[in-house]
Amino acid sequence: MTIPFYVAPEQLMKDRAEFAQKGIARGRSLLALTCSGGILIVAENPSRSLHKISEIYDRIAFAGVGRYNEFDQLRVAGVRHADTKGYAFSRDDVDARALANLYAQFLGQVFTHEMKPLEVEILVAEVGWEDSEDQMYEIAYDGTISDRSGFAVLGGKNEEIVERMQGVWSASLSLDDAVPLAAEALGGTRNLAPADLEAAVLQRGAERRAFRRIPDDELAGLLGRKKSS
Amino acid sequence: MSSDQGFFSDVRGPVVPGGGLGKLAWDHRDASLGALPVFTATDDPGPSFGALLSGVGRDWRSAWMPAASAAGSLQQGRDREFQAPHATTVLALRFKDGVVMAGDRRATEGSFIAHRLMEKVLPADRHSGVAIAGVAGPATEMVKLFQTQLEHYEKVEGAELSLEGKANQLGQMVRENLAMAMQGLVVVPLFAGYDLHRHVGRIFTYDVTGGHYEELDFHATGSGGRDARAAVKARWRWDLERSDAINLAVQALYDAADEDAATGGPDAVRGIYPTVAVVTAAGFEKLGDEEVEQSFAEVIASKRESGRMP
Repeated sequence: MTIPFYVAPEQLMKDRAEFAQKGIARGRSLLALTCSGGILIVAENPSRSLHKISEIYDRIAFAGVGRYNEFDQLRVAGVRHADTKGYAFSRDDVDARALANLYAQFLGQVFTHEMKPLEVEILVAEVGWEDSEDQMYEIAYDGTISDRSGFAVLGGKNEEIVERMQGVWSASLSLDDAVPLAAEALGGTRNLAPADLEAAVLQRGAERRAFRRIPDDELAGLLGRKKSS
Repeated sequence: MSSDQGFFSDVRGPVVPGGGLGKLAWDHRDASLGALPVFTATDDPGPSFGALLSGVGRDWRSAWMPAASAAGSLQQGRDREFQAPHATTVLALRFKDGVVMAGDRRATEGSFIAHRLMEKVLPADRHSGVAIAGVAGPATEMVKLFQTQLEHYEKVEGAELSLEGKANQLGQMVRENLAMAMQGLVVVPLFAGYDLHRHVGRIFTYDVTGGHYEELDFHATGSGGRDARAAVKARWRWDLERSDAINLAVQALYDAADEDAATGGPDAVRGIYPTVAVVTAAGFEKLGDEEVEQSFAEVIASKRESGRMP
């Protein structure tokens, strides 16, 4: 018979946090920013079919970094929550804040009660009618939730990207200008091609479903625009 | 349910990691609203919204189906004081670039007019629409569930259902309603859309048992459906232009309203005109009142000119 060793709770939490952080840092980064045209989300992602950025509801988008199967499970749960709520009440009653709180509770619970924490960082964004109404919530592996304004960076090499963004971001950016800017901030010294990126936007003022993926050819056009000017 | 993979297959409640503690924290009645709806692999409802509702303990059936006994008394009260509102004539016809769908705005309770503003032609998703005839309450609820289901599937799976897949889903919903239909609460939708794979407009009709059939050219259903069909039949061609197809739909509704008391005609005094929508590769587009009004004006003018009475 084996007798389990006593492990101090501090040590247990520290080990779990380290484990999750390591997993997340291995993945590539993701950047979301508010601008006059809506909320732009750009991720480094060479895959065309395994998305990091997805639609949750009319004005709400989801983005995740880390282990794909884990954040995709969270994405589907978010869609299920939003659709059930919108069906039971009204489409107007579905909001990002409530969903972000549910994610935070779930991640927090897994972090404290399970053997293995989820190796993910997720973002819930909701575009408003005015840019002052935009919401972005970042939720970490342990359920820590933070409310971001302006821009949010998820995944590895986080600080460098934040630094690069601080100098260039402004609320009055147009969507077209924001795309090359985000690609540059993500890439740093590397020059990211459209095929390395996944981009989507929550369009401000959209009648109903505001989420739109930016296809490769359009992305290439927007990235090229910056270089020629 | 007979099939495990069906739209409304029953699944057990959601589970949460953490075992006992998690279970306590979950309220099955409102599971998807009070906590994140996460399922184990074996209980996962997949992309089906109906199964999801069952899984989180919300009985979707109660959404539009009154208790059978209540429906029975509704039926018995048919010729007496109480009747449920009915929606009347809807039609769909193919044209060169897709499909035109149209429906009048009247809902009746026996010989009374219950509503003058009812919308019976509704978008199902970006590239399809659904038109309803039959008992108004269950029909609108069915459409709401259908719209949610299509969008839910698209978001969960990351791909749209094929047009035939959508038609099939609606058939399953109509079939689920069969018990109610036997009690007199009949809902018979008309489904039409643009097939993005085949690049044509397609029309599907239903019977109360959920059977669905593809129509080649056009179809109309509801109390004025026969008259509307006759009107379309007389002038339909496969290569109709958009404006001609709209005029033909309007003409058919005019004829249906002329013959059928339950079908509403254009109401110039209140400015209420039938709903007309066009579904093409560009998507579902509901026409503005001005355009429908204009089309009615053209139809009426041509009737006067040719000396034909309405």
